[in-house]
Amino acid sequence: MLSKGLKRKREEEEEKEPLAVDAWWLDPGHAAVAQAPQAVASSSLFDLSVLKLHHSLQQSEPDLRHLVLVVNTLRRIQASMAPAAALPPVPSPPAAPSVADNLLASSDAALSASMASLLEDLSHIEGLSQAPQPLADEGPPGRSIGGAAPSLGALDLLGPATGCLLDDGLEGLFEDIDTSMYDNELWAPASEGLKPGPEDGPGKEEAPELDEAELDYLMDVLVGTQALERPPGPGR
Amino acid sequence: LKCTEKYIYYLSFQSKSDIISTVEFNHTGELLATGDKGGRVVIFQREQESKNQVHRRGEYNVYSTFQSHEPEFDYLKSLEIEEKINKIRWLPQQNAAYFLLSTNDKTVKLWKVSERDKRPEGYNLKDEEGRLRDPATITTLRVPVLRPMDLMVEATPRRVFANAHTYHINSISVNSDYETYMSADDLRINLWNFEITNQSFNIVDIKPTNMEELTEVITAAEFHPHHCNTFVYSSSKGTIRLCDMRASALCDRHTKFFEEPEDPSNRSFFSEIISSISDVKFSHSGRYIMTRDYLTVKVWDLNMENRPIETYQVHDYLRSKLCSLYENDCIFDKFECVWNGSDSVIMTGSYNNFFRMFDRNTKRDVTLEASRENSKPRAILKPRKVCVGGKRRKDEISVDSLDFSKKILHTAWHPSENIIAVAATNNLYIFQDKVN
Repeated sequence: MLSKGLKRKREEEEEKEPLAVDAWWLDPGHAAVAQAPQAVASSSLFDLSVLKLHHSLQQSEPDLRHLVLVVNTLRRIQASMAPAAALPPVPSPPAAPSVADNLLASSDAALSASMASLLEDLSHIEGLSQAPQPLADEGPPGRSIGGAAPSLGALDLLGPATGCLLDDGLEGLFEDIDTSMYDNELWAPASEGLKPGPEDGPGKEEAPELDEAELDYLMDVLVGTQALERPPGPGR
Repeated sequence: LKCTEKYIYYLSFQSKSDIISTVEFNHTGELLATGDKGGRVVIFQREQESKNQVHRRGEYNVYSTFQSHEPEFDYLKSLEIEEKINKIRWLPQQNAAYFLLSTNDKTVKLWKVSERDKRPEGYNLKDEEGRLRDPATITTLRVPVLRPMDLMVEATPRRVFANAHTYHINSISVNSDYETYMSADDLRINLWNFEITNQSFNIVDIKPTNMEELTEVITAAEFHPHHCNTFVYSSSKGTIRLCDMRASALCDRHTKFFEEPEDPSNRSFFSEIISSISDVKFSHSGRYIMTRDYLTVKVWDLNMENRPIETYQVHDYLRSKLCSLYENDCIFDKFECVWNGSDSVIMTGSYNNFFRMFDRNTKRDVTLEASRENSKPRAILKPRKVCVGGKRRKDEISVDSLDFSKKILHTAWHPSENIIAVAATNNLYIFQDKVN
């Protein structure tokens, strides 16, 4: 992938100008002229960024820095792709992020919802760790790391079998998954005293009392899952 | 050291298998440690100067090699933890043994490297091969004696600091009290006592309650060289926070906040990515900090938060290529930066196996190349130049010919002498200034 020289030299020259004047939210006077070529460049940049985001999330443990930078860049690109007519004049830079957010919401709700829930998925993945907590890491109650395995299921579905990540939004992917088995009470370390957080998305029901049969089923699933990976070693 | 002085190519060690991922001199410069992608640590020791061989002043030879980290499998999350060594930091030497910290993404280890040049002989209960003797056959007792043996250097893991980081560790830093150190991952920084491995103290936590709100991560952290209560950490948004541990237990509120206002004329979609700080280093004096972002190195005065006092362009010719560099992910490369012993010169790497030095006093800079083709023993390094446009001179290289797979991310500078170590993928180069 990395070649000795740089690819697409000509296209860069075309893109260079639009990128250089990409400051429309700071200087609305430029907006009308710059929009047309900029939109073309941004579209390929947008696709590239979405690809990167998708690829990053497909990693078993995404590089958080890479992910955050790509998401932030994607938001910028998307904000700039909105038509100028729909854009209210922006008096000062601090207003720009909120305008961008509004544009995000109106122009592509699926994208923003997907990105948001994907970032949230990360926190649930991390929360599955049984690591003992650092000594002074109390944190506010809402900052729970309650591990909800439905997220694992969601990321599994983001594998090669999935087409474009953003075609239907993620909500549709959860519809037929019974997530009552994976409610967090079973997984959270006892010392945490966790409760389901306010950010629980669709499909994560209140945890019912788990009876023995359900527990056995759950253990079979777990063991079955592990059998697909490497055989367990002597211990971590 | 003057930047215009040329360097003699001194020693090149070719690591056969793995990419070097960290390089660090110890506090005297006698030892140079490298960590690689395969979890190995290789330590080089400087040869003592000998009167017989004047020309072989202070070559670095392999002193010890050991496997620091192994790949691990986290069964709960079903993912593999890489054994790649992210950072090595030495402890100051307090006795005959050497101590260093090495870390991968999740676990920090304290290693003791010590020499053994004697061994005991003449045990009563064991024979020479170590087999137990039948006590009935022992009729006399003797005192075992120590006899000289060939020098053996052994590395033993003395402490393992595990299970304290949910995210990937990017930095470790030994405190000037020599009793504690910190480890930083994307969202948290923990403080450890060297003697205690089963708990650490969380001193910074920037994880948002709602992960959807995550927009910034920690990229590097370091303790002040003299003030054991002070440390800095940098972020992916190009900011540096200085914290004082005396102010509160959880240092979520910074004492100082360093950020340079964005230049509106240079704004692009990639502004944030190129502002992301990949390394932060205190000067030896403790008065300045140096930060490396994608295109520049900046020097900040601790007393001035609103802008750096010096900015050096590492490879500004890449500014017009950011789109391509974003496409091939090079824009995410994390370059480190280092000070020389007197804080007068700073050094950092670039592409095409180039590395750059900036003299803060004379404001002169030089570009050098670490490569086998151009370097022979005792050869003098020629300054390199990148041609940005128009006519290319004979010795210049055009931007489009640069090899972006040859990146110098890790360099180190001897604490007191003009000796530098440069890691170029899986090769280690050591250069020093001219011997008179």
